[in-house]
Amino acid sequence: MNEKKELRLSIPKEEVLQPGHLACQGCGASLAMRYALKALGRDIIVDIPACCWAVIDGPFPYSATNIPIYHTAFETAAAVASGVTNGLKAIGNDHTTVMAWAGDGGTFDIGIQALSGAAERNDDIIYTVYDNEAYMNTGIQRSSATPHGAWTTTTPVKHYRKGWKKDLDSIMVAHGIPYLATASIAYPEDMIKKYLKAQKIKGTKFIHVYAPCPTGWKSDPAMTIHLAKMVVETNIFPLYEVENGKYKINIKPKNRKPLDEYLAMQGRFKHLPQEEIEYLQRTFDEKWEILLKKEEHFG
Amino acid sequence: MKTVMNGDFAASYGAMTSDVKFVAAYPITPQTLIVEKLSELVADGELDASFVKVESEHSAMAACIGAQAAGIRTFTATSSQGLLLMCEVLHWAARARLPIVLANVNRAVAPGWSIWADAQDSISQRDTGWMQVYAENNQDVYDSILMAYKIAEDNDVLLPMMVNLDAFFLSHTSEVVDLIDNDKAKEFLPAYDPEYKLDPKNPRAFGALTSPEHYFEFTYKMFEAMEVAKKKITQVGKEFGDIFGRYYDMTESYKIDDAETVLVTFGTIAGTAKESVDRLRKEGKKVGNLKIRVFRPFPAEQIIDALKNAKRVVVIDRDYSYGNEGAFYTEIKGALYDANLRIDTYGMIAGLGGRDVSTTVIKEIVEKAETSEPNKTYFIGVKK
Ligand SMILES: Cc1ncc(C[n+]2csc(CCOP(=O)(O)OP(=O)(O)O)c2C)c(N)n1
Ligand code: SF4
Ligand SMILES: [Mg+2]
Repeated sequence: MNEKKELRLSIPKEEVLQPGHLACQGCGASLAMRYALKALGRDIIVDIPACCWAVIDGPFPYSATNIPIYHTAFETAAAVASGVTNGLKAIGNDHTTVMAWAGDGGTFDIGIQALSGAAERNDDIIYTVYDNEAYMNTGIQRSSATPHGAWTTTTPVKHYRKGWKKDLDSIMVAHGIPYLATASIAYPEDMIKKYLKAQKIKGTKFIHVYAPCPTGWKSDPAMTIHLAKMVVETNIFPLYEVENGKYKINIKPKNRKPLDEYLAMQGRFKHLPQEEIEYLQRTFDEKWEILLKKEEHFG
Repeated sequence: MKTVMNGDFAASYGAMTSDVKFVAAYPITPQTLIVEKLSELVADGELDASFVKVESEHSAMAACIGAQAAGIRTFTATSSQGLLLMCEVLHWAARARLPIVLANVNRAVAPGWSIWADAQDSISQRDTGWMQVYAENNQDVYDSILMAYKIAEDNDVLLPMMVNLDAFFLSHTSEVVDLIDNDKAKEFLPAYDPEYKLDPKNPRAFGALTSPEHYFEFTYKMFEAMEVAKKKITQVGKEFGDIFGRYYDMTESYKIDDAETVLVTFGTIAGTAKESVDRLRKEGKKVGNLKIRVFRPFPAEQIIDALKNAKRVVVIDRDYSYGNEGAFYTEIKGALYDANLRIDTYGMIAGLGGRDVSTTVIKEIVEKAETSEPNKTYFIGVKK
């Protein structure tokens, strides 16, 4: 169909996220919210567990978003959203979008039980995880989304994180939810398109947004978009969708870039020896091959 | 060895000096420095222990329960929401009679999000069967952890113990802490060797379905253990003092002998209160301070003894039992009633959510008590 035209979709002009929020310079998570809300509009209720976004929106009595925001306990994002959406339906409200907005720690770790429950019931929510690959709010501790090789305060340089990022996307696909997408803040059109699509689908929609964090990654705040682009060009974080079990890769880099430059731009990988870099490269290439196979078989 | 460190590090070193073999913990402000320090100490081989970086506090306590049940000395640390999430398994640890030690950084409870000092978190876990210590300074944090294992692991006690320290006022404030060397510590606290544990050579089932025939007695045994613990805490505090020169007890009296007004305080407010006592005495007011260092088991006898000659008892709570009054206030009054002491009491709720309780505030509290109706609760410094 008119794939190209769809991709050229223009970005809504209205800014729901206002200036004056508390994110650091170059914060990927704040851009993620900005784009998501541009797509979803104001007929929305968002719940946010403990995470950087619990701070970014502003301290009492301020809010930078001017939409209903419900701050909630760390492990409860999905369950609270389930409550809101089913409650609204019980009183006949079928139009308001309900979104849970959580970090990787609140999703991959402490919140996975509630998320799994909501997905299994197929509760009508959009669940966004903005992934900055560690617990940033509390000062950069590892999460199960922290990549192999990375430094965090609980995986100090000499004992950097060993072991692979939890493949939460596959876990969510295995729940049989109607829609899953990955997105990166360097591709706002792709991202907005995915939110618009998710908003039209009933049931649990899971959107995994890659959101660089200069503070936690020890990267240049001016390079946030660049990193969010490179992560796709290196096939470290491919952009794809799974709609009713069908895989579709949105961007297939013609020549995948080697990951050296991506790693070199982040202090959290500074210590990595060459053999680890090669190991990472090999493994990411293998994972990409698996994804291609999934698209081939379940496309 | 004297060194300068914050309260979080004091807690980490307390665990290390206690030779813990297992740590499971989850980060939360302002406890994060404990987790980070311990993971560094373990990673660098300075602490020979397993550190499991669990995915929640519920799992942190559950993992400690598993390790401790297998006969291994464990440690964890948390704060506020994390402690609340542990609630179910806190009960479990206590009823399973596992002498786990936990450092809790006293922090306010959400919503609204607050990371500042407030004892609502641990006070709301008062009835989980854990012994509770409230530290006044970083040395107290460090020493209390070492003593906690000795008390908790006593065969006639076998109850877990929580060492509380105030958010930021201790957790992130540097003070001099005298560290005990490992050999001396081992003499004071021998290796953990429980009589009952998960052991294929001596197979037993723990915690099975318990009929009304037996359940009651399990609780009664905890009552007995808490009674023993009262004596043990005093005894261990003295033994500790004889060896290391720093003496501890369940309560600490400061200038109460001739005091007409006695402040009853806990945590860092106790330190400020003592300074306030000195200042108020210079103004000619006969004021004293009773610090409650151990809240569970409740040191009723010591409290009665300390307060029996007072004209006014002014309890400062950095917590509030919704629908009633400060938790310490209720319990202090209960103790006085048991001793047939009808003294004017004042419940002063102050410092919630990290609001400063300075010497000026304490002076205000004393003046308020002198001029207000007794046997009532007052919220200090409420903005209208
Ligand atoms: C039950 C509980 N445990 C721990 C915390 C402390 N805490 C608040 S935010 C956070 C980390 C959040 O990490 P993530 O979800 O990745 O979001 P980020 O801060 O990186 O945006 C932690 C550990 C808490 N608020 N509640
Ligand atoms: S720490 Fe990272 S995620 Fe958090 S506000 Fe700063 S840049 Fe954003
Ligand atoms: Mg994160």
